[in-house]
Amino acid sequence: MGRILLLVELKGGNDGLNTLVPYADPRYRELRAGIGVPRERVVQLDERVGLHERLEPLMDAWKAGDLAIVQGVGYPYPNRSHFRSIEIWDTASAASQTLSEGWIAQAFRGARLAKGIGVDCIVADTNALPSTGPSLRTIVMQDAENFLRQANAIATESAMTDGGNPALHHLLAVRQEINAAAVGLRDRLRDAPAPAEAFPQELLLGRQLDLATRILSARVPVLAIKVALGGFDTHANQPPTHERLLASLASNLAVLRRNLIAADLWKDVVVVTYSEFGRRAKQNASGGTDHGTSAPHFVMGGSVKGGLHGVYPSLSDLQDGDLRHTVDFRNVFATLALGCWGQSYDFGLRQPQRLGFLA
Amino acid sequence: MSAGFSTGLWSVTSSRAASAMGFDDARHLLSRASFGVTPAGIHALEALDYAAAVDGLLANPRREALTPAPGWIGMGPTELQRRQKAAEAQRKQGVDGKKPEIVLPVREQGRELRNWWVEEMIATDQPLVERMTLFWHGHFTSSLAKVRYPSSLFHQNALFRREALGNYASLLRAVARDPAMLIYLDGRGSVARQPNENFARELLELFTLGEGQYDEDDVKAAARAFTGWSVDRESGQFVERPGRHDDGQKTFLGKSGRFGGDEILTILLAQPRTAETIVEKLWREFVSLKPDPAEVARLAVGFRGGGYEIKPLMRALFLSAAFRDPANRGALIKSPVDLIVGSVRVLGLPIPEKTGLVRMLQGLGQVPFDPPNVKGWAGGESWISTYTLLLRQQFLRRMIEATTVAPMDGAMRMAERPNRRADRREQLPAPETMQMMDPPRPVEGRSLRNAGNEVRLGPTLTGVDNAVLLRALLPRQPVDGVDASGTAGSVVASALLDTAYQLK
Repeated sequence: MGRILLLVELKGGNDGLNTLVPYADPRYRELRAGIGVPRERVVQLDERVGLHERLEPLMDAWKAGDLAIVQGVGYPYPNRSHFRSIEIWDTASAASQTLSEGWIAQAFRGARLAKGIGVDCIVADTNALPSTGPSLRTIVMQDAENFLRQANAIATESAMTDGGNPALHHLLAVRQEINAAAVGLRDRLRDAPAPAEAFPQELLLGRQLDLATRILSARVPVLAIKVALGGFDTHANQPPTHERLLASLASNLAVLRRNLIAADLWKDVVVVTYSEFGRRAKQNASGGTDHGTSAPHFVMGGSVKGGLHGVYPSLSDLQDGDLRHTVDFRNVFATLALGCWGQSYDFGLRQPQRLGFLA
Repeated sequence: MSAGFSTGLWSVTSSRAASAMGFDDARHLLSRASFGVTPAGIHALEALDYAAAVDGLLANPRREALTPAPGWIGMGPTELQRRQKAAEAQRKQGVDGKKPEIVLPVREQGRELRNWWVEEMIATDQPLVERMTLFWHGHFTSSLAKVRYPSSLFHQNALFRREALGNYASLLRAVARDPAMLIYLDGRGSVARQPNENFARELLELFTLGEGQYDEDDVKAAARAFTGWSVDRESGQFVERPGRHDDGQKTFLGKSGRFGGDEILTILLAQPRTAETIVEKLWREFVSLKPDPAEVARLAVGFRGGGYEIKPLMRALFLSAAFRDPANRGALIKSPVDLIVGSVRVLGLPIPEKTGLVRMLQGLGQVPFDPPNVKGWAGGESWISTYTLLLRQQFLRRMIEATTVAPMDGAMRMAERPNRRADRREQLPAPETMQMMDPPRPVEGRSLRNAGNEVRLGPTLTGVDNAVLLRALLPRQPVDGVDASGTAGSVVASALLDTAYQLK
């Protein structure tokens, strides 16, 4: 076992209907009269759905059978607040429940982790909640060189205790993490080769994936790496923004795949996208979409079983104008926890289901 | 390490005149109500009665910024768009196949706007007003990234300053009609035929009641009530379009009527939760990371009962036992603005151009006019991650070395004496003109670290005893050990780099 999870958060709530387009459904044209993706701009995957043409760079992976698309991912009693909903995802909680520990940390609760190199998860964006928890050590960094240079200059030990001051306690704990990680990462990252193919640099995602690729090629033994792409909260004039984001996501993931194949790492990595919610089925009057519920998500990797998984939510059986979810995201997480790390954890689901995208 | 330095310095001081608040209370009040604490600032307060000092801080709040506004604040959105398009076209066209350096007005005005506010926070004689302005900006968020019309954000900022210590109900009503907000949360395009829920949802979730206090039908009803409130494309002003307003019957929080936006706000202001939301948030900002529910309820009742006047609420907060509890000293983490603006003020560093400071604020996660999302800055412990802690230390090391090294990232450099006019006159001095106005005169050969008393530490720190210096700069004992017997420069340098300096 032992695959590294690469989480890609799509911040703001990605519009699933214009990502994996149910082009054959006449209801889609009604709901999306102004901003629907025209048939000729859909890359057909089967007789019902297809990808937005801007996702074309993902088709290599699709044809090679290492791109899975899980349809209708969501959860019961959906919350439409960005903050609450991403927290529900990141902590794998029920909508009615507030947890403070991230889902990856939960999966390793009580597990005996090898001491490793002082860091378990590396977050290249800013939201570290999925791996936040007492069982894991997470480092947030934007690039390796700066991290190491700055870590060298920080004080190492202190005899001081926090004296019951929670703010100071936090500061000292963070400092401790930096020191431990720097010790473990220093030599490995210094010698990491640059990716064979450069990532597009116009958005932060490219730089974050560059860092991820270096970490992977340096064989840093982490459990997960997290990156993010923001800007999906498309309430008004959606198409130009959304298309630009999809194009960027697809081209970056395609470069990642080629780099990892070249480095013979593609079988050891599982890339997963997620987002706080999809968007309302019916477009609004501003040429955009409001907060919705379920959406499709991508899973990629050399050991992924490609194809469509789950069922596309019905467009004629909406719930308060939103798509009913067909796959609970906690089943996606449970499948990943087992498939990547051999951790069996049900995230509080009464009837957990093993999904078929990861052997 | 801490030879010649006793921890007793931080213990509560003993004998003093009955009404004088003393060093520690004065320091604490300033650390929360000002930007940066200086020995001079403490000295001005310590002999006063505590309540009198609080009243002094709140008396006659400044309602307008000291720093002159940028020149373009009257420009309407249509005109700005026209210029933006022209600049984009010019840039695309190119000159002799080369991409010319064309300044895009939206980006440039945004840069000037951020610099303007940072300048004001450094220059102001009433830091509490700027703190409150920043608080309301973090509460009623709007961002340049989405709005792309800087002058609307300037006017929104002026509103926050005018009502900084004014009245929350008036502020809420003004915000609902505020052009930047109408653009940011898509209210301007919300019409009866298809109401846009963005503003309505955040109004309930973030601005007033808080999550879990309403249901989806309330969001939909509120969205309908605000339809027709829009922004005029020519002038950029608020405009009401009755033809696009949904005049029908609505049920909102159990009340029914043909509500418009103002009725929705009235209903929200009558809810006890609204006042509690604000008090809780102010508590986290000014008192401690853990609001005391009983105290919050008490203060909220007074806040609502007093017609949402902000000044009496802040007075009650500063006078509360929790605020003055020694356990809460040094119990908050400095925000990036606290750290950067505060350090610049404390050191009296002249920084004629603010772009470098804004870039640092961006790295640390708090760009003025660009909150990360509609919830504003999460603050508290989230300010400190493995990434930002390292960046904070790097910023402070640069501040310390800035006494010798002329350029800081090309943007921060020392001048012989404070020159704030540079920012005011032009907002964007071209590099050549700047050198003409103010030729670089690097201070020779020493950083703060190995400088003696003669080093220019800025007007606020010179001639102050080392022990007092340390007590003014740090809210508690040093964490990493500071040698108080060195030169003034080295004491300041090691205090700034001590972990305790991250606290307030």
